[in-house]
Amino acid sequence: MAKAPMHARRKNPILRTPLPTLPPHARSRVALGLTAAAARGALELQVCRDCRAVQYPPREVCRACLSSRLIWRPHNGEAELAAETVLHAAQDLYFRERLPWRIGIVRLDGDANMVVYVHDSVGSAPCRVRVEAALDRAGEAVLLAVPPDGNADLSADPKLREMTCDPRGRKILVTDGKTAVGQAVVRALATAGAEMIWAGEAEPWKKIAEAATLRDLPQVMMVPLDVTDSHSVHELAGEIGAKVDILVNTADCHRTLTIGAGGALNAAQLEMDINYFGLLRLAKEFAPFLKARAADGPASAVAWVNVLSIFALSNYPPHGTYSASKAAALSLSQALRADLYTAGVRLINLFPGPVDDDWDQLELPPKLSPGALAAALVVALQGSMEDVYPGEVAQDWLERHGDNAKALERELSEGSQ
Amino acid sequence: MAPSGYADVVLAAPVTVPYVRYSIRGAHWFLGRALAQLLAAAKIPKDRIDGLAVASFTLAPDTAVGLTQHLGLTLRWLENVPMGGASAVVSIRRAARAVQNGDAEIVACIGGDTNHTDSFRRNTATFSQFSQDAVYPYGSGGPNTSFALLTSYYMRSYGARREDFGKLCVAQRNNALKNPLALFKKPLTLDQYLNARSIADPLRLFDCVMPCAGAEGFLVMRESTARDLGMPCARLLAAIERHNAFPDDPVQFRGGWAMDRDELFAQAALKPGDIDFVEVYDDYPVINVLQFEDLGFCGKGEGPAFIRTNSFEVGGTFPCNTSGGQLSVGQAGAAGGHLGVVEAIRQLTGQALGARVAKARYGLVSGFGMINYDRGICSGAVVLAAD
Amino acid sequence: MKAAKKKRTKKAATKKVRKTAIQTANDHLRGWLQSLAASPRLRLVDLTQTLSPDFPPIVLPPEMGQCRPFRMEAISRYDESGPAWYWNNLSFGEHTGTHFDAPIHWISGRDLPNNSVDTLPLAHFIAPACVIDCSPQARADADFLLTIDHVQAWERRHGRIAAGSWLLMRTDWSKRSDPVAYQNLDETGQHTPGPDPDCVRFLVSERDVLGFGTETIGTDAGQAAHFKPPYPCHYYMHGAGKYGLQCLCNLDLLPPTGALVVAAPLKIREGSGGPLRVFALVPAPHRG
Repeated sequence: MAKAPMHARRKNPILRTPLPTLPPHARSRVALGLTAAAARGALELQVCRDCRAVQYPPREVCRACLSSRLIWRPHNGEAELAAETVLHAAQDLYFRERLPWRIGIVRLDGDANMVVYVHDSVGSAPCRVRVEAALDRAGEAVLLAVPPDGNADLSADPKLREMTCDPRGRKILVTDGKTAVGQAVVRALATAGAEMIWAGEAEPWKKIAEAATLRDLPQVMMVPLDVTDSHSVHELAGEIGAKVDILVNTADCHRTLTIGAGGALNAAQLEMDINYFGLLRLAKEFAPFLKARAADGPASAVAWVNVLSIFALSNYPPHGTYSASKAAALSLSQALRADLYTAGVRLINLFPGPVDDDWDQLELPPKLSPGALAAALVVALQGSMEDVYPGEVAQDWLERHGDNAKALERELSEGSQ
Repeated sequence: MAPSGYADVVLAAPVTVPYVRYSIRGAHWFLGRALAQLLAAAKIPKDRIDGLAVASFTLAPDTAVGLTQHLGLTLRWLENVPMGGASAVVSIRRAARAVQNGDAEIVACIGGDTNHTDSFRRNTATFSQFSQDAVYPYGSGGPNTSFALLTSYYMRSYGARREDFGKLCVAQRNNALKNPLALFKKPLTLDQYLNARSIADPLRLFDCVMPCAGAEGFLVMRESTARDLGMPCARLLAAIERHNAFPDDPVQFRGGWAMDRDELFAQAALKPGDIDFVEVYDDYPVINVLQFEDLGFCGKGEGPAFIRTNSFEVGGTFPCNTSGGQLSVGQAGAAGGHLGVVEAIRQLTGQALGARVAKARYGLVSGFGMINYDRGICSGAVVLAAD
Repeated sequence: MKAAKKKRTKKAATKKVRKTAIQTANDHLRGWLQSLAASPRLRLVDLTQTLSPDFPPIVLPPEMGQCRPFRMEAISRYDESGPAWYWNNLSFGEHTGTHFDAPIHWISGRDLPNNSVDTLPLAHFIAPACVIDCSPQARADADFLLTIDHVQAWERRHGRIAAGSWLLMRTDWSKRSDPVAYQNLDETGQHTPGPDPDCVRFLVSERDVLGFGTETIGTDAGQAAHFKPPYPCHYYMHGAGKYGLQCLCNLDLLPPTGALVVAAPLKIREGSGGPLRVFALVPAPHRG
């Protein structure tokens, strides 16, 4: 269990806010294979298909037999910490500002050596550890040695907390707090120790009974926010933008129309206005604030989260226009991610399968409950990842897509025939 | 097939372009001045140099090729040696075969670098693909991180104490005090060594070299050429090199020399006890200890005891890094390994700038370099004899 | 038999009423313009709510097509997108904000001739207004319905409603500046005042009004989906070629009779309505 809730002390207003610096982000293309898995919260290493040798650092051909058939495979990370040091001097600004750092060399059971960050709770070398992959503030994969048993809480180590987007002690904007998913996210963030949650509400005349109970949570404040209205987004950004540490974009318009349906164009325009243009409006107004405060102490601005949909990966024709709007949002979020990463702010996308709510009513189970989606969102913030596929359907589609995207396209079209 | 010996190969004209902490000049300046000094020392015109071996980190975007046009050289033998502190030894091995076979007559071997205020950071950030991908992102400590891990492992494995490394550093500083070219001018006490600013545990300030700008150079030729030119010279008795030795060692605790030292001494027809002084590659004192062990001066893991029972000053039981080594003279980039060769030639030809090793007949120079990822890849050694 | 007769009578009556309405409108116009020229004082009253993104749009179940709320995006504002000018792109539905409903808007009026905003007679865009004050009743009961009795009580005081007049139902609902109170929705739907079905039929067939105007969103009451027929004001008014005006304000500044209302919708091809500027000319000083 984590330590006592972080107290966000009031900032001294005469002091200059430091600007964000980043760890080194240059990586060769092969090394980005590590990043692809770390983005999903997984440790994968190259394994030679011919001689089974595990490779590290990532490379082009097998270090043992020179085969070019190297594939990325999940690894359990079991290893031995062979040597360690604590750095007191560093070349890069990012590290200079955060010294000292504990670094070690571990030897994987499988015979590759890795230079790693060592979690505070790991004992002195030599000892057993487990290696995990994480994303550093530049969005690149780094390796961590944590104790072999149990889950290491990254936020318990003050340096490694930098790799998380820990909601504890932070101020969070949830762009739509009224939908079932929005309410679940607000509650989950409150439980995770958020200091303050602004829950956005468009169309206040549409009252949802369960949403009203959010006002009972002491950290929660309902705020007017309509992502289809540039003026509304601008006004809210003016009021709270400079305080938002994490922006969770739950605003979603989901209609279950095929492209040929009568009202498809009208519905699609609304879907795009909320799912795509809404994201663009939010980005324009809030991204600069997040970037400016990315190095603002322990409760710095740290993350942007979008609740997308697994339909963004490959169009689900029964929800054809919705899928397209989520795909548009995905593409836009990649642009936003690139922008935010210049300041070390992480953009996390969630790709749930059908959620157990009104619009997915006709989808067969398994469906993801809003609570489970919210839990996955919080885990992603507490951990170190940026692409989240919560639930069985999302995992299934992801695997099919990676295996053969064209086959998935056909499989999804068959569903609509 | 056993390698043929180095009969007839000599080294001459030891030159140093004085070190400065920072310089606005390019590497070409230091390398060019080294070449000029070589010509002056040998009293030969530039066109007598028909071979060139160059080691430099800051010559980029040029390599040795650019240097030929920059310095106005027409050559029939050219080597670009990117092996860090092992470059001098490797240059000697290449040049020796060239002059033995008549591919070149007089080979200039030069190591040198400039040092701008951001040189160290830039060089470390782009040192190798593996460091870029798998080391630099972990604290950007550069080689200090890697050698700290290595030192920590060695200390834990073999009971070495910081006082042991300190003894080496203090001795080298004493040697440097008589070297007019050393950048460090003040004595170093063990206390100062032990309590200096922490860099990366267990390394502190005086475990680390001071990067600087400068160059070192010498000539390789056949003995008959040296006689014709009337040049004092040292004879090459033996030379070894090895790259990526012991790749399965979890942490580097031995270098390539361990694989080839018997061959080295067999070529020289000597034993370790016959060596009068050593110039070992001293980017960090732990590497000195690996070289003592791996070159056969003591057994693996006996380094601490060896240090405690010997003295390393010029007049001591085991004269080591007699001009002060990189730790007290400075590290002019890729010239770090050339520093030992140049000092050895000076000692063996009676041209020592500082303290002189009495009756120096045989000297061993060892090179090491290129932490590509988690260990030094390149190693080598030569045995030189007074003429 | 009786039913068929009723139908024929209705059809003939409609034809006759239509022709008279245009003539009446022109007569009234001439009369009012004359009194304008003669009058020493003239008050102009703006009956239009400002079009802004904050103004609530009509609420429909989510699976239906939605009317767009008013949205405004700057094209440039004396900046790099346009150094010396400021202008905006707008988006809204035809029934956003203070707006006009044409007969083509409802299924009952879809086949009438000249039933879209681009084909309506120009003379209908200036017309007299009768204003019925229902504000006390609406304050007490959000679901208040205007009945024939209410209308006849008003006529006893202010005279018979002239054919071709607007019938404006003042409720002071426009003073509800909080959009939540303005919409007044709960789990059983919207609760806003409006006319009951009999009253609408009376205004159409017995008084030949030009159209019905309200301060709420919708000329029909909030609960009108449950009336018989559903949405009687839309159904009967538009079925008879009559109009609607919604989201009006400042009706409390108009006299019960005597005001001339200018309501000219945008000339949109086959338009069903549109936001517009509605204002009244009041030639003689009147208080309340």
